[in-house]
Amino acid sequence: MAIVVDTDVLETDPEGYLVRIEDWSPDVAEAMALADGCELTDAHWQVIDFLRGYYAEYGFAPAVRILTRAVARRLGPDKGNSRYLYRLFPDGPARQACRYAGLPKPTGCI
Amino acid sequence: MTARFPVPKLAPGAAAKLVSRRAGPETQRALGFPGELVADWETAAISAMREVVAERGGLRLFLDACMKCGACTDKCHYFLGTGDPKNMPVARQDLFRDVYRRYHTLSGRLVPWLVGAKKLTPDMLEDWYAYFHQCSQCRRCAVYCPVGIDTAEFAMAAREVMDRIGIGQHYTNDVVEKAARLGNNLGMPGPALADTLAGLEEDLLEETGAAVRLPLDDRGADLLLVTPSADFFAEPHVDGLIGYAKVFHQAGLRWTLSTHASEAANFALFMGSREHMAALARRIVEAARELGVSRIVFGECGHAWRVGHNHLEALAGPLDFLSRGRVEHVVEVTDELIRRAALALDPAANDHRRVTYHDSCNIARASRLGDVPGGQFLVPRRVLRAVCNHYVEMARNTTREATFCCGAGGGLLADDLIELRTRGAAPRMEAFRAAEVTHLAAMCAICKSQLARVFPEYGFDRDQVISVHHLVGDAIVLGARS
Repeated sequence: MAIVVDTDVLETDPEGYLVRIEDWSPDVAEAMALADGCELTDAHWQVIDFLRGYYAEYGFAPAVRILTRAVARRLGPDKGNSRYLYRLFPDGPARQACRYAGLPKPTGCI
Repeated sequence: MTARFPVPKLAPGAAAKLVSRRAGPETQRALGFPGELVADWETAAISAMREVVAERGGLRLFLDACMKCGACTDKCHYFLGTGDPKNMPVARQDLFRDVYRRYHTLSGRLVPWLVGAKKLTPDMLEDWYAYFHQCSQCRRCAVYCPVGIDTAEFAMAAREVMDRIGIGQHYTNDVVEKAARLGNNLGMPGPALADTLAGLEEDLLEETGAAVRLPLDDRGADLLLVTPSADFFAEPHVDGLIGYAKVFHQAGLRWTLSTHASEAANFALFMGSREHMAALARRIVEAARELGVSRIVFGECGHAWRVGHNHLEALAGPLDFLSRGRVEHVVEVTDELIRRAALALDPAANDHRRVTYHDSCNIARASRLGDVPGGQFLVPRRVLRAVCNHYVEMARNTTREATFCCGAGGGLLADDLIELRTRGAAPRMEAFRAAEVTHLAAMCAICKSQLARVFPEYGFDRDQVISVHHLVGDAIVLGARS
């Protein structure tokens, strides 16, 4: 499986997650979102940027509660909840936002 | 109250295409299996079949005991949800039974056409992979079988045979490999876990004013909590974890989590692999010994409790260092504290909720809680009634030993099985709707994830799924110990 961004063919797993995180660029996120029929706004990018920053530090995507805390601090308590995140990423912040951010899919009982 | 689930119109092959992705060669090899389907797979499967049957006394009996009475046929949620006759428990068993008979019984070898014995053809192998990954190993059919045949045993055995010839399911096997290597199903490293717990402590201090701790690798602790890693990561799970922390805080227990055993779940049970089950189970006992605790308490997870309660001693014992002589479940700890009035509770804190309880298969039908028969039904309900003023039961033929699977147990919580999961959840959804409540409380990480995911498909909100210990946590009056 692969995703084509500009002229680059980037390898993905069968569920559409980048195989190599270093292949990521903002264009990758835009291309994935476009394929899902979704347009990325600043609100989406705030989440994607936070995910990437956290991943760079911990080698792992942030737990949902870490993410909602960060969003609450930046954008206010009315947005610091998973309801807001699900509105942005209907398939769930862990799945969809991680995919756009080029991170591996979290696994297990989630 | 009894709910009626009409037998669906038969739709042969309706679920044949609902097939979960196979594990890649690297995952299979890391687990000690062939990376891909071996060249002489038929011979290898026949001999693996003999071995896995020889290792399972119950299965040997189940192979012979079915009298084709039909009592199980309409008891499987996947049959009710898909109408595919191969999802009738007896038909699922027969996929294995007919092949076993062909190669391992005299009549099957000599006169296969007289005894319904079948060869393991490529088509049969496809059916095995599809339909043994459409069994959530929930054992509901076994409750209604007059001789107690447990289809889960067939699914576990068939999956092990398939693993041994090089075919595994990606979702389950990837998780088992990751948990063995990194300590939990998520693959969450220690520093991320520590950061997550520190964040929760900060939140708790802000919200409650109480310094409720979530300690990690604390060597002075008496009690080790092992819990599904989803409790650290996901919603609604995390509020259950916060609930455990409040209980331990309020009871003054010195407790800890462990980086080494940052997972209670044991997906190797779903694979049918005793070897991998033991490897994951050992991490828990190693952590307990290393930290010097005298109690091991399991968080809200169904199959983890089944492995912990039924098998931990045999897999990774002796557990003679445990002060109570056995592992405990967090709901038992909470129940005991409530019964001796060691927790100050205000059930009115949950007055805005009308709550029902979803019995998880592996707790209801494969283990025990408390010290009386049926304690696994009694203990969680006693706790819920103590913390909620509005508690309602769902229809009796969908609860306790008759509980319906959430639709994703046994390694089927895979995204690529979402259609099967949605259809298989139908009986539980109907029973929930009929109960006219606001919340469904569950005590299993898989149930919580699955139900939160499929609730919107049935017109409910994902927030209506709640952890039992979320309700407990909300009712605890911090600081006011009685």
